[in-house]
Amino acid sequence: MNELFSEWVRRAVETLSEMLRNPDQAPVVGKAFIVSVFPEFLQGVVGAFISIAALISVFGGLFALLTLMERKGLGRIQNRPGPNRVGPFGILQPVADGLKMLTKEDIVPFRADAFLHFIAPVILVMMSLLTLAVIPYGRNMAPIELDSALLFFFAAGACTELAVFLAGWASRNKYSLLGAMRAIAQMISYELPLLLASFSAVLLVGSLSLVSIVDSQGGFMLGVLPKWNVLTPWGFVGFIIFMIGAFAESNRSPFDLPEAESELIAGHLTEYSGFKYALFFMAEYIGMLAISGLAVTLFLGGWHAPVPFLGWVPSYCWFFAKLLTLACFFIWVRATLPRLRADQLMALAWKCLIPLSFINLGVTVFWHYSAAWSFAMALPARWGIAFLALAVPYTFLARQLGTKKTFARRTYRFAE
Amino acid sequence: MSISFIIISMIILLGAAAAVSFSNLIHCALSLAVAMVGLAMLYLHLGAEFVGFTQVLVYVGAVSIVVLFAILLTRPAPFSPGVHVPWHGRVTGILVAGLVAGMLVGAVLGTPLTSHVGQRVITVKQIGMELMTTYAAPLEIVGLLLTAALMGAVILAAPENGEKKP
Repeated sequence: MNELFSEWVRRAVETLSEMLRNPDQAPVVGKAFIVSVFPEFLQGVVGAFISIAALISVFGGLFALLTLMERKGLGRIQNRPGPNRVGPFGILQPVADGLKMLTKEDIVPFRADAFLHFIAPVILVMMSLLTLAVIPYGRNMAPIELDSALLFFFAAGACTELAVFLAGWASRNKYSLLGAMRAIAQMISYELPLLLASFSAVLLVGSLSLVSIVDSQGGFMLGVLPKWNVLTPWGFVGFIIFMIGAFAESNRSPFDLPEAESELIAGHLTEYSGFKYALFFMAEYIGMLAISGLAVTLFLGGWHAPVPFLGWVPSYCWFFAKLLTLACFFIWVRATLPRLRADQLMALAWKCLIPLSFINLGVTVFWHYSAAWSFAMALPARWGIAFLALAVPYTFLARQLGTKKTFARRTYRFAE
Repeated sequence: MSISFIIISMIILLGAAAAVSFSNLIHCALSLAVAMVGLAMLYLHLGAEFVGFTQVLVYVGAVSIVVLFAILLTRPAPFSPGVHVPWHGRVTGILVAGLVAGMLVGAVLGTPLTSHVGQRVITVKQIGMELMTTYAAPLEIVGLLLTAALMGAVILAAPENGEKKP
């Protein structure tokens, strides 16, 4: 027994020194060590549980951090201090929020469908957490490496729509149902540009696996410029389309029509209180982080460093730095842009983004085949053609969106 | 038969049974979604990753939403009153169900089921290649059919000439 223990201590020390020597792979080495302690038949389950625990703790922490960042950031942008009472500079505000949510009364409306009302936030959080499982967070650090990881992401994301519908319908409340209907219409419409934009990256790499998409973005052009997809014409346009779709998909401002506090008193969240409400909130933020993570993976080079001489910084640091930058971008946009009207929302998706993403797919194919060009001005020529192919249709599509609309006098069928 | 197979088939069967036995149509549609998830689990259990995820994406994510929308748009109230079925309706129902079941059982028993020992891992790339070469024609025909359905829906929904917009 004593020998076994000393052997174990020796290996633990070895692992620790290995982790310190190579911080880039520290989580992988640590996980391998913990798994190796358990007997053979338990190792798969233990490995899965370690990944799940790491994901939930990291993203739970990020959720808390993000709520604070959002409230502080919104405060600064609106020229007020934001939360500043709990702890130094208000940094303990998320703790206070969490305790408040836990101790609040959980109200279920009398005529609500109690079971569905209960299960909706659970499904929503579960599906949002599932989407996190396929994103590569660092070198060798994708919790599950699937051959069709992108498909998994969108399949799990599609289930959140059903959960939002459940929440709206089960509440037995007009506002909830209206909000849920809006949410579904919006999410289905914006799923198309989102998918089409990500398919441009899939098309070039020839794989649905997120790990190989990240691997294809490693290395540098001319020794300085990273080979990220966003630095190509199709990637740039695809990234913008993807981000617009991501804003709509996570129901964030300027696409927060489903929740629209001022007109729908928070849509499908109206009849939720206490911890169920907190779960909805958590699902929204985790969904936002997950889709930002996918954007980082597809277009911003995943865990690759932006400059060659910073390659020694651990890969996961780069991933989370990019993720938090995108999250700040979400907060910034929320503070600065007003909400769209429902018809503008649909027109933007169907009349502008979808045609544009189809053209972008064409440009991606052109980029793929013109990679073999070898004459002197090949790169500027490729850029020029791709730019023209995207900019000209964009101008027309955007013009047609901007035409002044005349509205007939509205008649209110139910209110009058 | 492994335990996981039994659990998955229970999910599918219970979901399907619930889908036809609830009186509330929304509950039926949701049970159908549960059965679809079960089917996806069965595909995953058999190692068909791509088909499993596509099943969830298409049937749970899109088709069940369409079904729910159809229910909400066609019924005046979300709760349907209990439907009274006359005796001859019941007899025809049982007869039709029995015939369909008989045909299905006959088809299943008549199919020679060869089991492949050892799973072959099929990548998404191979599926794509097959779809674009061997099965290109069926794929195109399905695409055409869906486009026609979409255009039909647009024509149905568009205001007719002279009709005032609401």
